Amino acid sequence: MVKLAEWRGKEIFRTYGVPLPKGTVARSPDEAVRAVTGGDVPLPCVIKAQVLSGGRGKGGAVRFASTLDEVRAAATAILGLEFKGEKVRELLLEEKLPIARELYLSFTLDRSRRMPLVMASAQGGVEIESVADEAIGRTWVHPFAGLASYEKRQIAHVLGVTGPVAASLDRLLSQLWTIFVNEDAELVEINPLAVVGDGVVALDAKVIIEDDAAFRHPEFADIRDDRTELEEIAREKEIAFVQLDGNIGVIANGAGLTMATLDVLQQFGGRPGVFLDLGGTDDPQKVTEAFLLMARAKPAAVFLNIFGGVTRCDTVAKGLVEAMKQVPASDRFPLVARIRGNNEEEGIAILREAGVTSLRDLKESVQAAVAAAGGPR
Amino acid sequence: MSVLVDAKTRVVVQGITGHQGKVHTRQMKAFGTQVVAGVTPGKSGQTIEDVPVFDSVAEAVAKTQANASVIFVPAPYAKDALLEAVDAGVRLVTIVTEHIPFHDMLTMYHYARAHQARIIGPNCPGIAAPGSRAKVGIIPNVVFHPGRIGVISRSGTLTYEIVNGLKEHGLGQSTCIGLGGDPVVGTSFVDALPWFENDPDTDLVVMVGEIGGTAEEEAAEHIRHHFTKPVVAYVAGRSAPPGKRMGHAGAIIARGRGTAESKLDALRAAGAEVATFPYEIPDLVAKTLAARGRR
Repeated sequence: MVKLAEWRGKEIFRTYGVPLPKGTVARSPDEAVRAVTGGDVPLPCVIKAQVLSGGRGKGGAVRFASTLDEVRAAATAILGLEFKGEKVRELLLEEKLPIARELYLSFTLDRSRRMPLVMASAQGGVEIESVADEAIGRTWVHPFAGLASYEKRQIAHVLGVTGPVAASLDRLLSQLWTIFVNEDAELVEINPLAVVGDGVVALDAKVIIEDDAAFRHPEFADIRDDRTELEEIAREKEIAFVQLDGNIGVIANGAGLTMATLDVLQQFGGRPGVFLDLGGTDDPQKVTEAFLLMARAKPAAVFLNIFGGVTRCDTVAKGLVEAMKQVPASDRFPLVARIRGNNEEEGIAILREAGVTSLRDLKESVQAAVAAAGGPR
Repeated sequence: MSVLVDAKTRVVVQGITGHQGKVHTRQMKAFGTQVVAGVTPGKSGQTIEDVPVFDSVAEAVAKTQANASVIFVPAPYAKDALLEAVDAGVRLVTIVTEHIPFHDMLTMYHYARAHQARIIGPNCPGIAAPGSRAKVGIIPNVVFHPGRIGVISRSGTLTYEIVNGLKEHGLGQSTCIGLGGDPVVGTSFVDALPWFENDPDTDLVVMVGEIGGTAEEEAAEHIRHHFTKPVVAYVAGRSAPPGKRMGHAGAIIARGRGTAESKLDALRAAGAEVATFPYEIPDLVAKTLAARGRR
């Protein structure tokens, strides 16, 4: 998931002609003031923290200003915020518009129907989760046909807009559909979409680009998203790595097996700290890299659960023993391994010789890992 | 008999000259599968594991009567590979490739559907029917034993682990299908369940789900109304924190839906036997079969 900050989403919107308030980005109170004095943003204006979490209005991360002093004060206050764990580094200043109505509009994927889904509601400006199901209009778009005119009229009807506003909405819907497809978005959301005068204006922009399509979008390569430093390194090495709040590191191969391992670990009182999915690799180099990355997360113990299908258990074991030697003595941790499948006898022998607790039974090995990390909580 | 694949299945491997393509061509052949052709554009004329390589799927089909494909090509080219297979008349395509953009997969799914072709996957281990010695995909040969248990799973290695567990308890399998863990899959539980309902060689189905999406909830609904054979279900991910990506794009918990609990509740209510942990599955299968007088 590449979540784009509001200003970045709006940059995409602008490219496709989506109507937006006049605005600019600032990274300091001085820049905010200059945005107004330089004529980029007229007063009164709205100043918004550029963070990825929702609920900014209620959290004091959106403020209004009518004078330069108020702009400076609001910018200073918001830039000092830590919003839901995220330090505010950027502001978006925009003109304050005379809003007649606030609507909701989003484009997303319906996994069950395997169709893009447009959701629209006349109740915009509030969290869509709090809107009653009957108040949300749903339109499934066939990917070959694209968004049809009759579907756009249906959406206008749900939103209760007519005349020139409906014409403006019609153009917007076509633009958003193109963005959803061209930019490989998994979400394009505008909440609120404002009715201003004779047209609609996107007051907010929430755009999430699909990770798997990143190869088509080098322009987003710099976006760190909400990953931790180690998660970022793992991503570059193409290792699935998630940091949780416990103290036991889990290495497994395959997402399902890794999740099942975490489930069993938790059942026996262990607290998973890092989740590392080796995937389908049988490359000893990658096993070593993954192990060293795990060491940097400083787990109290590591539990390794591998099912070797095509991968040979002895190859994995050798890679592991090699990797252990490379971890500095001060960072060493107890390792419990459960390896099953191809050549498991040989693999287990190699690990036991290197002093690794190596068991066949999942329950027993999980209990050993929990004990090695200081016992069940 | 088996589901989807049998002794008449003739496999073309798309991306046969890559590392995975080679390894799994050998494995599929060792399983007893008729691997009749490989395709890598620009590499025709050679053989991999005694399998002739062609430049196009159409040529491979014309020369070898291949009727099923398995795709190993890298994600950026997977859409093209699928379109080519469908246009060449192949009606069963297993896609092992992971990280295919879902926008591509939407096109692939609807294209295949319009041509009455079936996609298994993507990001999946494929299909295997040990009794028919037919395998289209990458599930390790060692885990199987012919028998009367059907397996449908969204996972990869977890499936191997579970099928292996069944084998160790003397519970053989009729057909095993790995659906894949992506947000858009060609075949879901609801698509696959009727095949097992109609398969005279399947007595019971083991369903392996994961958090994320609502495929298990929909399966539960289907089981309640249309499925008469016993089902043993397991869902991985009950300890996953909401919103964190657990390796599969599909495994994201959003808005309280798609949690392990919501899935297990739905399956239980539909009459499925639910295992809390994977190692409980074999016993649960044996007990369920005994209760139904099938063993």
